[in-house]
Amino acid sequence: MANVMIRKDPNGKLVFYLAKKDLEAHILAIEHDDAEGFGGELTLDDGSRYYVDPLTPPPKLPITVRARRL
Amino acid sequence: MPAITHEQAEALIQEVLEVYPDNAKKERAKHLAVNDPGISSAKKCITSNRKSLPGVMTIRGCAYAGSKGVVWGPVKDMVHVSHGPVGCGQYSRAGRRNYYTGMTGVNTFGTINFTSDFQERDIVFGGDKKLTKIIDEIEMLFPLSKGITLQSECPIGLIGDDIEAVSRKKTKETGKPVVPVRCEGFRGVSQSLGHHIANDSIRDWVLDRRDGDQRFQGTPYDVAIIGDYNIGGDAWSSRILLEEMGLRVVAQWSGDGSLSEMELTPKVKLNLIHCYRSMNYISRHMEEKYGIPWFEYNFFGPSKIAESLRAIAAHFDDKIKEGAEQVIAKYQSLADAVVTKYRPRLEGKRVMLFVGGLRPRHTIGAYEDLGMEVIGAGYEFAHNDDYDRTLKEMGEATLLFDDVTAYEFEEFSKRLRPDLIGSGIKEKYIFQKMGIPFRQMHSWDYSGPYHGYDGFAIFARDMDMTLNNPCWGKLEAPWKNAAGASATA
Repeated sequence: MANVMIRKDPNGKLVFYLAKKDLEAHILAIEHDDAEGFGGELTLDDGSRYYVDPLTPPPKLPITVRARRL
Repeated sequence: MPAITHEQAEALIQEVLEVYPDNAKKERAKHLAVNDPGISSAKKCITSNRKSLPGVMTIRGCAYAGSKGVVWGPVKDMVHVSHGPVGCGQYSRAGRRNYYTGMTGVNTFGTINFTSDFQERDIVFGGDKKLTKIIDEIEMLFPLSKGITLQSECPIGLIGDDIEAVSRKKTKETGKPVVPVRCEGFRGVSQSLGHHIANDSIRDWVLDRRDGDQRFQGTPYDVAIIGDYNIGGDAWSSRILLEEMGLRVVAQWSGDGSLSEMELTPKVKLNLIHCYRSMNYISRHMEEKYGIPWFEYNFFGPSKIAESLRAIAAHFDDKIKEGAEQVIAKYQSLADAVVTKYRPRLEGKRVMLFVGGLRPRHTIGAYEDLGMEVIGAGYEFAHNDDYDRTLKEMGEATLLFDDVTAYEFEEFSKRLRPDLIGSGIKEKYIFQKMGIPFRQMHSWDYSGPYHGYDGFAIFARDMDMTLNNPCWGKLEAPWKNAAGASATA
């Protein structure tokens, strides 16, 4: 479990930032990202996958959440 | 056209690594790489932010240096107490040339060394009482100080003093913020953790002090300069460009900055971040808590300045965009004159850089504007995300060295023979004695500013002054040099 910050870059793409590892990567796929909720399984552009507990209603970005590595 | 090929650079790294014992070789090999601009993630080619090996000469500093020297130190109207033995404060006193306006000792305190001067009895019995007394004395002697920060030196953490309790008590008593900073030197692997700790202490003790206060009259054009330490006046030469394009600079973090500027920063519309490494933490925090977007800009060299000004303006309305174009147009002739004058003298010269966590990638643009080429670059304390940003800026087959050791740096320079090396004071005289022109890129070699259009003119002059100095032809004794001997005869 680690704290990660999820934010949108100027082009509107989701960016995943894991401070402990200095990992700043784009999120390629996210399980839930709609009016109902936000979170679930994330796939990053370096191929790694993380799990974030789905949040309802979808939060205002950026947000710091706990993520688990899959 | 790169000076060496990718294979030659790889071979050079292997050769340099040869002298290390096996374990050290394995570890150091991860920190040396040859750039390939095609790689998207630095993780694949270089490891950074790791503990330096025992026995090698590293160029790094400590967490205290990162907090007191870099982030907190330039905040001019606060008293920064170096809490612990006297040396840390004394030897770092006023060395970084963060310029500020004000009357030192009356309302500003940047270049004064405040220390609790720990003695044996303070180590044995704890230093909290002494600290309380010091804070009272500061209050009495310097009533115009706006606050106090306690910059811990190593022993504070070792003996477990409760400086937070003292801070809370004294904050209540004086009504001014007394900020405990747990930046003991032994924490982390380099000054980088000190930046982080200092950022966190600003977040916890300063940033929310005016959250409910609506008296500040904001405008839609409020910005803050984050991560500019005003070395030789850098922040000032950046600030005028932003103000000329119509923005209002509310705060400077932290060169020539003050406590109230920091407290007002949550009310700005955009954070402009120059040194990403040391201040991204607070920018990310403000983005999350106050919804202030941040933008990394680069004010080294006219091409990057123009690029940055346009990108900054894109965050605002047409008035600012127009303003940016006017600023660029106004200074273009100045920049062109500088390039016309110095480019012929500097064209094709090769540079090797080893600086903190930002400048190697930020100054590349300025060197390129002068027709110079960066053939090797490295950081003292950069992290992975800095290298991600660096790979794109650097050319094919340039050397990358993370936390370079003195031996590696010398060997690389001997083999590549760059025309100029940019690094710090500890490296300067080694390379000058080797006959390689050298500029200090931490303190601008007591020159500066280098940011902005005005700074570029000084940058170009300094590079020319160093590189084309006649002394480099006189390193050999005349009697060893036949041509020189006949000239004197």
